[in-house]
Amino acid sequence: MNQSNKTLNNNITKLVNQPYKYGFSTTIEKDIIEKGLNEKIIRLLSKKKNEPKFLLDFRLKAYKKWKEMQCPEWAQLKFSEIDYQDIIYYSAPKLKKKLNSLDEVDPELLKTFDKLGISLSEQKRLTNVAVDAVFDSISIATTFKAELAEYGVIFCSISEAVHDYAKFIEKYLGTVVPIGDNYFSALNSAVFTDGSFCYIPKNVICPLDLSTYFRINDQKSGQFERTLIIAEDNSQVSYLEGCTAPQYDNNQLHAAIVELIALENARIKYSTVQNWYSGDEKGQGGVYNFVTKRGLCAGSGSKISWTQVETGSSITWKYPSCILVGENAQGEFYSVALTNNYQQADTGTKMIHIGKNTRSRIVSKGISAGNSKNTYRGFVNINKKAIGARNYSQCDSLLIGNLSNANTFPFISVQNSTTKIEHEASTSKIGEEQIFYFLQRGISIEKGIELMISGFCREVFTELPLEFASEADRLLSLKLEGSVG
Amino acid sequence: MNLNSPILEIKNLRACINNNEILKNLNLTVNRGEIHAIMGPNGSGKSTFSKIIAGHPAYEVSSGEIIFKGSNILDLDPEERSHLGIFLAFQYPIEIPGVSNEDFLRLAYNSKQKFYNKPEVDPIEFFSIISKKLELVNMSSVFLSRNVNEGFSGGEKKRNEILQMILLEAELSILDETDSGLDIDALKIISKGINTFMDSNKAIILITHYQRLLDYIRPDYVHVMQNGKIIKTGSSELAKELEIKGYEWLK
Repeated sequence: MNQSNKTLNNNITKLVNQPYKYGFSTTIEKDIIEKGLNEKIIRLLSKKKNEPKFLLDFRLKAYKKWKEMQCPEWAQLKFSEIDYQDIIYYSAPKLKKKLNSLDEVDPELLKTFDKLGISLSEQKRLTNVAVDAVFDSISIATTFKAELAEYGVIFCSISEAVHDYAKFIEKYLGTVVPIGDNYFSALNSAVFTDGSFCYIPKNVICPLDLSTYFRINDQKSGQFERTLIIAEDNSQVSYLEGCTAPQYDNNQLHAAIVELIALENARIKYSTVQNWYSGDEKGQGGVYNFVTKRGLCAGSGSKISWTQVETGSSITWKYPSCILVGENAQGEFYSVALTNNYQQADTGTKMIHIGKNTRSRIVSKGISAGNSKNTYRGFVNINKKAIGARNYSQCDSLLIGNLSNANTFPFISVQNSTTKIEHEASTSKIGEEQIFYFLQRGISIEKGIELMISGFCREVFTELPLEFASEADRLLSLKLEGSVG
Repeated sequence: MNLNSPILEIKNLRACINNNEILKNLNLTVNRGEIHAIMGPNGSGKSTFSKIIAGHPAYEVSSGEIIFKGSNILDLDPEERSHLGIFLAFQYPIEIPGVSNEDFLRLAYNSKQKFYNKPEVDPIEFFSIISKKLELVNMSSVFLSRNVNEGFSGGEKKRNEILQMILLEAELSILDETDSGLDIDALKIISKGINTFMDSNKAIILITHYQRLLDYIRPDYVHVMQNGKIIKTGSSELAKELEIKGYEWLK
């Protein structure tokens, strides 16, 4: 390696190795089920949550299925085998009684969320976003519930929904992501502890953005949350998800499921900024993030749009997808995945076209720095009946430094001849000469990189809700600070 | 001319890349108000010379000094050298996808403002500043919204370089083959821009292969570089002589 490459890499390392500012943990009295996974634990978990029988049956069925399945190995990911018996499946802050207002929430917890920039208290909370805050296994608080109820919008933790809106849960849970869909969906179905539930009634445009903030705190526990969003005919909702975890040197498991259902002409916009702890510069620690996210465009003219900014986790395995059943339904996937140090991301989407004139659009931007590995994996499937279907895919990769790795695996399967498919891909590199151009004009490395990255990601960032767009921009430049030069 | 103070003094400069010595004991003094032309065959070290003054990290200076405005700049980062007034117009200006020319120019301008503790300008103020400069190189404001050098023609790229030189009010400008790849009209526009910009407080080093540019921008000195050092210095007449006799004549 010549001198300049060394300089470049040193600077890249500096930029990328900014300390993770959400790495603190909260000391709090916890209610824990001992580690390990078996039928007894699942029964205990279900009992603790006082669940109806249909849900216990659902869990047990999933557990049985999971035991028969194998951890998938097709992804471009390398990680040591996960010991499922060494994980705590239920860890909840001890609560004295049922909470009626935020005044009864443990101040330590409120402080934790304050520190994360998510204020739950009346005075300081965001005025246009309703938040459900999930801490380890359970939901701590949901803001603006009463205000939303006036519109008939239900927004609560899924545990509450299991009791208060059992008919929806029984009807829809596991319909978009079946229990046996994959290894991690089976695991989640067996042991999920909390998450959010949203229901938007007919003809209602949800007046606030809905948001869930997930926080893993416990060192030994996994987080298995489950989100279900149902948008009735002609309704609209925008949902945001954020996540962080403390800095531990072991790996924590996060295996979530998100199911979206859009009925006739309904629109769901689902945005994620994922910033789980990604491990240190040597690749020690970090969250294993195995997530199944899928939306069903059941009604005609419905639309589901996924936007994700993936910056954290040591392993990301995630393919937010759309099943386009209704005629003229639309699916969208906008993604920025940034990997650094020894992070590995295998992420992308599936667009399954079933209805006539269905349309999908995929814009994926992968940025790899350090020794990281960043893979886009996409599947566009146009069914025989999907007459006039259209897909546009664009996959761009940006490499920073000489040691990072980018892969693209776009699979396209077309079963009728009336389809229009477009695919574009590019790979570029932030090179030394570009950096020198910035420097020669008096622009610092950090500023230069920030400008190039935000230019690279612009098409995706414009899809994010305003509150998230600036956060995403900041997050990326923070993650890359010192990484190039 | 020598009444003016030196803006740049290069003393016994040796530099290499990948252990390959490219500059071999180079000496040069440039005073304020002067235009110097450096000519020489391919591979004589002209581009390397320009990058070393600007502080390119790929090159290693093994001995010698570069004194700019009275102090040695060898330990300074490229961006500091830029702030102090050194500008390099690149031979092949690089494309920067996704970054608009306007954002780039404003950031460069504001970085310098910040360095001198002057207020940074907002996009609206900047637009009026840049608009006036655009006229000097005959560029339309459409250039501002395009990405930096992306899809620019050869001439447009070079004009963009000169625009930046003017915007940053460079005190020492090194123009590395700014004339190459230009048609006669573009050459006239660029030369006019450079001549308007030049004054008694500034200095310019032109690196070129051809006498043609020197018909439009008259140098005070012409140097011939060969094998990493300056082997002959003369007036602008020297360039004309070279045009006729070639570099072989000097051997």
